[in-house]
Formats: sequence, C-alpha cells, structure tokens
Amino acid sequence: MAKVLMKGNEAIGEAAIRAGCIHFFGYPITPQSEVPEYLARRLPEVGGQYVQAESEVAASNMIYGAAGVGMRVLTTSSSPGISLMAEGISYIAASELPVVLVNIMRAGPGLGGILPAQGDYFQATRGTGHGDFQLLVLAPASVQEAVNLVILAFELAEKYLNPVMVIGDGMIGQMMEPVEFPVEGVGPPLDPGDWALTGCEGRERRIVNSLFLDPEACNRHNLKLKAKYERMAENEQRWELYNCDEPYDLLVTAFGMMSRICKTAIDDLKAEGTNVGLFRPISLNPFPYEPCRRVIDRAQRILDVEMSMGQMIYDIQLAAQGRLEIDFHGTAGGVVPSPDEVADKIRESLARIGRSPARKPGKRSAKAAAAQKSKSKRSKKTATAQKPGKRGGKKPQNAGKRSAARQSSARRHGRRSGR
Amino acid sequence: MNKIFGYPPTLTPRTTHYCPGCTHGVIHRMVGEVIDELGIRGRTVGIAPVGCSVLAYEYFNFDMFEASHGRAPAVATGAKRSRPNLIVFSYQGDGDLASIGMAEIVHAANRGEKITVVFVNNAIYGMTGGQMAPTTMPNQRTTTCPMGRDVNEVGYPVRMAELLAELRTPGFIARGSAHTVQETIRTKRYLKEAFEHQVAGRCFTFVEVLSTCPTNWGLSPREAANWLEREMIPYYPLGVKKRPDVQAAQEGA
Repeated sequence: MAKVLMKGNEAIGEAAIRAGCIHFFGYPITPQSEVPEYLARRLPEVGGQYVQAESEVAASNMIYGAAGVGMRVLTTSSSPGISLMAEGISYIAASELPVVLVNIMRAGPGLGGILPAQGDYFQATRGTGHGDFQLLVLAPASVQEAVNLVILAFELAEKYLNPVMVIGDGMIGQMMEPVEFPVEGVGPPLDPGDWALTGCEGRERRIVNSLFLDPEACNRHNLKLKAKYERMAENEQRWELYNCDEPYDLLVTAFGMMSRICKTAIDDLKAEGTNVGLFRPISLNPFPYEPCRRVIDRAQRILDVEMSMGQMIYDIQLAAQGRLEIDFHGTAGGVVPSPDEVADKIRESLARIGRSPARKPGKRSAKAAAAQKSKSKRSKKTATAQKPGKRGGKKPQNAGKRSAARQSSARRHGRRSGR
Repeated sequence: MNKIFGYPPTLTPRTTHYCPGCTHGVIHRMVGEVIDELGIRGRTVGIAPVGCSVLAYEYFNFDMFEASHGRAPAVATGAKRSRPNLIVFSYQGDGDLASIGMAEIVHAANRGEKITVVFVNNAIYGMTGGQMAPTTMPNQRTTTCPMGRDVNEVGYPVRMAELLAELRTPGFIARGSAHTVQETIRTKRYLKEAFEHQVAGRCFTFVEVLSTCPTNWGLSPREAANWLEREMIPYYPLGVKKRPDVQAAQEGA
C-alpha cells in the first residue's frame, strides 16, 4: 500500500477506523483536536457514530457505555482532559472493558501550555485514577509508529479486556509524516463475547459493574486484576535499542519524540568518534525493566532525557538497581531540547566518567584515547560504589532562555490558545 | 383459576434494601411492568446510578450497567449511539441527576438522545444519610442545612422537568408521584409513554417521580406521603411538561 502524507492526529483517527473502531466520543482540546475533527468527517462515511461530548468527564463515561455494549470505541484528549477522564477510566479498568485512549500530551501542570511535553508519564503509568488499576501504555516516536500502535492498542485492549493508552507528545499529533496503513478498509467488528450488554434475549442477564460492597469479593476482584497485570508484564513489553551493538560507555534513555532527538545527537557524536547507546521503552507500562537492565549493565553511566522534570527516570532507576549513576536532562513547558543541547549533555555525562570526547572528529590521538580508557576503568569503580538511586540531575542551564525563544515562536505561528 | 397478578419477570425475586415507606420499590416495579408490557426485556439495558438505587442492578432482571455518580446519561449515550436497537434507560436520584450530573442530563436531553431517564426526586440525599439536595424544599431541615434550606444562601430547589422542558430539542418530559395509588397509576402511564417514544426512536424521554424518604425526613411513611402532597406537589406540579409533535415527526419522515 502506498504511503500518504498525514498529520499525526488524523493518522491516529484513520488507524482506529482501520482497526474496526467506528465509534468516537470526545471533546476538543489542543493539541489533539484534529482527531475529533477528522473523525467527525470520516465516521459517518463508514456507518459509525461521532459524538462531541459536553466534557471529558462525559466522554469517558460515553466510552464506558459504548464498550459495555460490546463496541470498539476510541477517545482522544490532551493532558488536562485526561485528568478529567480519570474517574471514568478507573471504572472502565475495574469493569474490564476494552477501550483505547490517546493522550497527545501538552505542557503542564494546570492549564500549562499547548506545546509538546511528556509530563503525563506518571499519570499514564502510575496514577491515572483512583484505586489499584493499570493501563497498558504505548508510546510512539513517529506518525507511522502511532498508526501501528493504535491498531495494536485495540488488539491488546480486547486480549486483556483492559483500557490501553497510546501516549504521544504534542509533536506526534501535530507533525506530518508519510505513513502506510497496514490494513485496508474498516476492520471487522468486535466479538461481544460473554460480557457485553447486548440485551438478554435467550441468555442469562449480564451486569457491567465495579461495585463490590463485600470486602472479600472486592479483594478477590483486585487479585484477579493483579493476575492480569502480571500477564501483561510478562507478554507485552516492547522497546527499541539504538546504537547498542558497539561498545558504549554511556546509555541514553528517552521515550517518544525525545528519543528521536537523542538519536540525532548520538549520530552526530558518532561522526566525532564517540559511541553512545540508546534505550527507548515503547511500552511505558509494562516497563521493560529486564531489557533495560541488560543494556545498562554494559554502560558506565546513564543519561535520561525527558520533556518533563524527571518522571521516567524512576523506572530507569528501578532497572538500574543502583548499579550506575543516572544523569538527567529535562525541559518542560513546551521547550524541546535540540540535538546539540542533548549532545552537550552527553559530553558532560561522559566527562563525569573521565571520557572527554573530541569536539571535532579526527583530532583524538591514540595516546589520549588510551589514557582516557584507563581513567574510565578507575572511575567505573567509583560510579558503582555510589549511593543507589541518587539522581545526578541538574537544572537545564539555559531553560529560561530557550523558553522565551519558544514562546515567541509560538506567537509567530499563531497557534490557537488554550482549549 | 386465572392468575391476574404476579411478580413481574423483569424484577429479580429479591427483597430490596429500601427503607419501609420508601417508594423506590414501587417505581422499580412500575418500570419493570412497563418493560414487560412492551415486550422489550430482551433488548433493554438499564443504568443504575450512585445513591440509594445504586443496587438497582440487583433488582432489574435484564442487562444492567452500574455508572459513576451523575454520569448515567453519558453512559446511556455511549450505549444507545453504538447499539441503537437497544432500549436504554437510566434510573437516577436527585443528588445524582440534579447536582453532580447536571451537565450530563442537560446535554443528553439537548442532543435529543433516544433514551429514557427515570428521575426519582425525594428532596434529600438518602444513601449518605440525609444531606441537602438541589431539590430540598425551602426551609426543609437536613443534616447539612440544620436550620432549614435558606434560599438566600443556597437558592431555590431545581425543577428539573421544567428546566429540561425549556430546551428547544423535542422530548417527552413529565412529572408524576408515587405517594398515592392514584398518582402511581398515572406515573406508570407517563413511564409507558416515555418507553413507547423510545421504542419508536422518537426523542429524549424523561419522567420525574416525586418520592418519599421517611427515614431521612424523620416522618412515618404515612406522614411522609402527606408531607410530599402538602409541601412538594405545589412546588413541583405534576403532569406532562412537553410532548414530541408525533404527527409532524411522522409527516417529516
């Protein structure tokens, strides 16, 4: 099938249709509004329903209703909107219904800003709503991957009868890239199985419910959910390694679009003769701890880069188990680190383990390289002896300056404001 | 001998948890009888709220949702829009519908969702132990307005049926009461008409039912029925507030 050039948000909407989802309930919010705009046009063409909810609170309950009657259903939103859906998502998870949610993250906290950020990592992987439940969380790094993961999200939601969230920073939703849809047409409808409320004609009645007033029954329900989350952790870890085949001293960790910026920085440094590895989780929950630990074991130091004040870093710490020091570079508010900025942070991290990469390729003498190598062996001991879990993070030195530049750029582009 | 009265098949053979003198049980039965009479049990999906009737799914003998507080009309929207052949109704109290769920009910009505909403108004929060509701009467004492509802502080009780009837979108909106046999029979007629409009795919349908709460009103069941008649009905007048123009709708179709 031929590639088409599509905006991320529109490609996400089309991917849902290809997966057989023809019902959408949602509320406009920048920077995801192109999803409802696209589907408002497309869904009537395929015999589906597009409903603009009065709020994200209502939207999350509409998808509860649609999934409860056994229909494949999608909602999309951006950070503050996901907060409003939190209660509904908890009910959906507790009632074990398959829904797909997309969060095109914007800057926070509060009303924050409309530019890309990754500050909802905790919300997606730890505390989406009240009570003991987990989402399957998938984080694409390109429009093509967003399409693939939306289609996968429906499969996983139905396999586990669990809500699945596809989480992308604002760039994923707003940028245009060539995409290829792996399937044509509209996918087949969902099999309502033995749980959906389709009317009790000719069978026992069914109840979609999350109320368990008997503590023993509620405990049993939680144990059942826990067993499911363990199955998810066993089977659904997804990740990408970049530049990890050759020996490296530093491992960079990043997810989503941030990982692509890191890759550019890594490529630039490679041209200078410095090899740096990258670990990118694709499933943020379940987090691929063991695969991450394997690449951490081959490094001497870690640099975690996020468009947040440091959230995924806690999972990197869990994977590292105190073996290595972790440096952190993070920006917020819609400030997107440039490859040069990341390269500088990589150089700083390398310097901390006694590696001073040549600024320009070809200038490193063999003698200097050998001297550095022996130095790094010494520093390796020091690094591993340090306190586990200590974060070597420093405040981004030029955050204020960049932030101002970014804001003026936002003004120039005349983005629509607020919600 | 012919059996002329029995347990409706749409109700499970369980004793309800409702207090003596509460009219929830009567209203459940009316809804059940209407569903039986229309022969739609096999394609009906009900939605229980949060409040005294949170366990309604234990008593209605067909497919049921339990919804979060106030969101039943949104759940109904999701269910009905994606499976239009289902008959979908929500059963909600005054805290659920007129307070926390005000946005959902108004917008479901305004979109003209082809659902039925049974709104039980007993002027108080029952399950949480007798706090003030948006429908609590002026000067009525509750645990959170111990000196009586002061309309200068918290406004007047919300008349939901009239509020929804003001919307331009077509709908069937009525208010009945379950405090006497006569009014109960009349209310059942409203409920039947509401479900008939839904079966015909006509419009949004809403039946408010005035209900007693002897426990939290601090009255005997008989006193409670008298109080409802004396205090509530003058403020919440009974009757049909709005009907769809069926003839025009048929001609239009």
